[in-house]
Amino acid sequence: MSVGQPLPHESADLHVTGHALYTDDLVHRTPRVLHAHPVCSPHAHARVTGLDVTPALAVEGVVRVLTADDVPGVNDAGVKQDEPLFPEIVMFVGHAVCWVLGETLEAACLGATAVRVDYEPLPAIVSLAEAIDAESFQGGRPVIERGDVEQGLAEATHVFSGVTEMAGQEHFYLETHAALALVDEAGQVFVQSSTQHPTETQEIVAHVLGLHSHHVTVQCLRMGGGFGGKEMQPHGFAAVAALGATLTGRPVRLRLTRTQDMTMTGKRHGFHAQWRVGFDDAGRLTALEATLTSDGGWSLDLSEPVLARALCHVDNAYWIPHVRLHGRVARTHKTSQTAFRGFGGPQGMLVIEDVLGRCAPLLGIDPGDLRARNFYVEGQATPYGQVVRHPERLVAVWEQVLADGEVERRRQEIAAFNAAHRHVKRALAVTPLKFGISFNFTAFNQAGALVHVYKDGSVLINHGGTEMGQGLHTKMLQVAATSLGVPLERVRLAPTRTDKVPNTSATAASSSTDLNGGAVKDACEQVLARLREVDAGRGLPWDELVREAYFGRVQLWAAGFYRTEGIHWDSTAMQGHPFKYFAYGAAAAEVEVDGFTGSHRTRRVDIVHDVGDSLSPLVDVGQIEGGFVQGMGWLTLEDLRWDESDGAGRGRLTTQSASTYKLPSVGELPDELNVALLEHAHEDGVVHGSKAVGEPPLMLAFSVREALREAAAAFGPARVSVELASPATPEAVFWAVERSRRAAADHVLDGLPGRVPDPPDPSAPRLHPESEQVDNTAGRS
Amino acid sequence: MSEAQITVNGQPRPLAGVPVHTNALDLLRGLGLTGAKEGCAEGECGACAVLLARPDGAGTRWTPVNACLVPAAALDGQEVVTAEGLGSPGHLHPVQAELAVRGGSQCGYCTPGFVCSMAAEYYRTDRAAPAGPAAGPDPEHGPNGFDLHAIGGNLCRCTGYRPIRDAAWALGEPAPGDPLAERQSAPAPAPVATRLDGFARPADLAEALSLLAEHSDATVVAGSTDWGVEANLRGRRASYVVAVDRVPELRALSTDGPGGAVEIGAALTLSEVERGLGDAVPLLAQVWPQFASRLIRNSATVGGNLATASPIGDLAPTLLALEARLVLASADGDREVPLAEFFTGYRTTVLRPGELVRSVRVPRPLAGLTTFRKVAKRRYDDISSVAVAAAVDVVDGTVVRARIGLGGVAATPLRARRTEAVLEGRAWSAETVAAAATVLAAEGTPIDDQRASAAYRSAMLGNALRAWWEEVAR
Repeated sequence: MSVGQPLPHESADLHVTGHALYTDDLVHRTPRVLHAHPVCSPHAHARVTGLDVTPALAVEGVVRVLTADDVPGVNDAGVKQDEPLFPEIVMFVGHAVCWVLGETLEAACLGATAVRVDYEPLPAIVSLAEAIDAESFQGGRPVIERGDVEQGLAEATHVFSGVTEMAGQEHFYLETHAALALVDEAGQVFVQSSTQHPTETQEIVAHVLGLHSHHVTVQCLRMGGGFGGKEMQPHGFAAVAALGATLTGRPVRLRLTRTQDMTMTGKRHGFHAQWRVGFDDAGRLTALEATLTSDGGWSLDLSEPVLARALCHVDNAYWIPHVRLHGRVARTHKTSQTAFRGFGGPQGMLVIEDVLGRCAPLLGIDPGDLRARNFYVEGQATPYGQVVRHPERLVAVWEQVLADGEVERRRQEIAAFNAAHRHVKRALAVTPLKFGISFNFTAFNQAGALVHVYKDGSVLINHGGTEMGQGLHTKMLQVAATSLGVPLERVRLAPTRTDKVPNTSATAASSSTDLNGGAVKDACEQVLARLREVDAGRGLPWDELVREAYFGRVQLWAAGFYRTEGIHWDSTAMQGHPFKYFAYGAAAAEVEVDGFTGSHRTRRVDIVHDVGDSLSPLVDVGQIEGGFVQGMGWLTLEDLRWDESDGAGRGRLTTQSASTYKLPSVGELPDELNVALLEHAHEDGVVHGSKAVGEPPLMLAFSVREALREAAAAFGPARVSVELASPATPEAVFWAVERSRRAAADHVLDGLPGRVPDPPDPSAPRLHPESEQVDNTAGRS
Repeated sequence: MSEAQITVNGQPRPLAGVPVHTNALDLLRGLGLTGAKEGCAEGECGACAVLLARPDGAGTRWTPVNACLVPAAALDGQEVVTAEGLGSPGHLHPVQAELAVRGGSQCGYCTPGFVCSMAAEYYRTDRAAPAGPAAGPDPEHGPNGFDLHAIGGNLCRCTGYRPIRDAAWALGEPAPGDPLAERQSAPAPAPVATRLDGFARPADLAEALSLLAEHSDATVVAGSTDWGVEANLRGRRASYVVAVDRVPELRALSTDGPGGAVEIGAALTLSEVERGLGDAVPLLAQVWPQFASRLIRNSATVGGNLATASPIGDLAPTLLALEARLVLASADGDREVPLAEFFTGYRTTVLRPGELVRSVRVPRPLAGLTTFRKVAKRRYDDISSVAVAAAVDVVDGTVVRARIGLGGVAATPLRARRTEAVLEGRAWSAETVAAAATVLAAEGTPIDDQRASAAYRSAMLGNALRAWWEEVAR
């Protein structure tokens, strides 16, 4: 049985030898290819008043310049008609005005430099604070409400209020965006794209070209990382390449450099949150009121569903009787922020973890105890009305991580260490995780697959999901082999293509294994049912059975389909049962902070995570560790900065390269990292009892942030609430240590009315299904 | 000219016709060897890492470098091995096998680069297990002696590094007959006097100087770790490139140079200096692990690092504290300039047209107490927000000499002369250090930028001394 075996990635041998091909590796196998280079706006907001491409055409090797006039279909790269592919008004620094095609990349680049663009600069909003002040919002403003938050606050023994801000995050997939388009011998537009959402890439290419979907095929061989950054962002680039290919008749390659990728494409949303919270005398939450404002950038993109998921995760693992959560998307003149592993969940969760971390000292309760005291119990429902199933698993992972991590003993050691060291302090924090699995938007919870059994008994599978390193294909091979009862090596998986499996959902929301696994299994079972009839209990060997079935004119292939049952969601009311189930986990992190510099290292991390019955333990542990370290990067290191001055560079991303934007290197890996999968965790109704794993572990990294807060607190007197910026870079931790030493007050206010969050505007639009899906193309929730 | 070629995975490949701005990565990918990837094009991610056969004494050392920074022409006559050359599916190299089986690749894009960095460490002949349990746990070295810094210049966004570290630490010794291991006992390819259109590698100093006289607008490169970034990210193109990294007169290394000084040839890579000096200059030995990454140090040279005159380099503050002097060579002969007088402004120096840095001289005796303090966001391979190097001599409890070099707090690296004055002549004590720290915090003119705030930079200056004192006092 292949499922459950700890197998390496199906392409591991290709990866390590350099033989695995990515979209841009195909360029060297494609004759007569043209290279595309953008002409990018130096302004954050400006009207294009003149565009003269003739100087570019004079550059040797320049073949054509693509402009709005060339678009035969719809000049839009998004799903909400708010992302013109060739804009008349540029909305951020780096916004591409037009694209130059050249015989070489060098020629295209020189041509782009030669294009003359006249701009009339317009006022730009480049920070979240500016947007909130100017009330620059876009899209719906959802509200999740339960009970009476005023009453809940009035009944509380302690009420606190404050503000929490957090930065976004650059995906920094090692492979930047890439597309290679050609028109084939049958007139089909064929686009190789590094995309998490081939179907949507296909749809956007089609509508830009004025074609129907059946004229366009998109293939994704594999991606060099995606993390959500290739869910919506690849479409425009694929469309530019496809447009160039149809106009020139030659293959067109478009690949962004790192700086272009960072400057031009969306990132994780930064958020601003205002909150008031009430606790009873036992430290139990009585009420939470919060207004979350995300930095959406210049267009809506996926900002609404990201916001919805953020609001749906403010509760994390905690029962809050009275709640009002209100969300807004700010419009700023920056890249259009987009999906990123966790899809708003991390930002929502950071709010409550920040609240608990800051309030615990004021309540005089150990932060870990405060968290555990507020865990959901059987029968309780989330603020959006979904009963929390298996809340006992929260307790299970929590208790196991305390035991596995020897937390009690180490806390004593840490106390002794801290007593003996004035300038270096350690701390250990434990945080829980509950993350909802399924696309909020119900329609996206479907998938398809093709399973072919050939006469020789070999098996070829296709499914709608894409491979970005997460091991989806490995799991699908395992599911197919197990379902058919054949050895793994009899099964091959072919690249994701829209002409094999149509109408797919994005490979996103951690749910691709659940969805595509269900579809692969369905297809296998259809074939198997027919083979069983042929076998009629004789127990024939596979090859023989297949051969006999063929000669008996039995269909040896099948299209499988899966849709998640039992989920529903009303995005206007923000109520329903949007998630098939919750993934649970807990992490215990120990850090050491140098008081002189604020620099820190993570000494040890223990994780217990619930993946159900693991389909593929090596893959799942890899997702947990990788997600965790990526979360650490977001929370403690990665520092997106935009020029917010009034100078000429206003709106420019100042951390637009690997030398200025630092993601974790091997030096950030905790000295000791132990991961355990929760046992006896079968999940009913999901493929082979497994659970999704892609996104949730990222949020286990809150343990590191909370440990840093506690270590900073250890430099000062007891019971001081420590405010810690996010990301908690060495500088941020240094200032937290300094405040702690001075016992400087956190900006948490004590008592009512406190800092009242901006109330919902009754006249503002709410989310509604139409706001998530325009035309026949997708948005997501 | 048409004979220019490189050997890639054992196969000769012609270099003729390759444009001078083509880097080694694009060359290799154009040959169909697409294992090496462009992740950042500035030597920060290591996805393009390949192995070069570089001289190591009489033998060869497999040396990983960032192919995106090296001009293809600079590899004339050299041997390159890529991930494809190490193994193939079905015939994995031991490094590849360990990575594959342990889940060391997820998306796989960074993997060929990791393979090359790790293979170099695998073949490193002086890789030895740590001194045993008595040495205590060492989070930076494996039980097999694998130095984690060897992969400090390779970024992975997927795995979180744990399986890569485990793979690295599980590596054994090369098997007998391993061709790359055996290759190390033979000499590395000698430098070739290359002449290509727009590119020259002079055979000696005289030729280098005459080339510079002939081409007044020539760009001088050595490791090309700075120029490569300019070419890749900012599209700068040189009209003529003179590669000086193998000029023999620029590659001296002696701990007993003129006047007993330590003499460091300008064209030596930082890794070569690091190995060649060992602990001879303790302050430099402190710097290396904090200086960029192994991939960069394998290419970057001492002379290049100084001549580029970055205000945030780590070497300049260190050499300022050591009162280093530079020997500058030109057609008129050599002249010696104190490093403290070398920098004239942001990215400018006293170097005249046609003049090269020949060597760095560190006078002896060396100061008795030295420290190097770097503050950056990331622990490995980051650019300093602030760097402080200090060298102090204490006689009978009194500071008789103090030299402090600073980086990241002004348009040039600079000496903290006011702080030095506060220290000199006073008792080496907590009180003196506290007074000096206050003065040091006000030195320079730090700015707010994406790396750090001015306030933090100033605080870090003062705290550098305070933290050092804590260590000394302990």
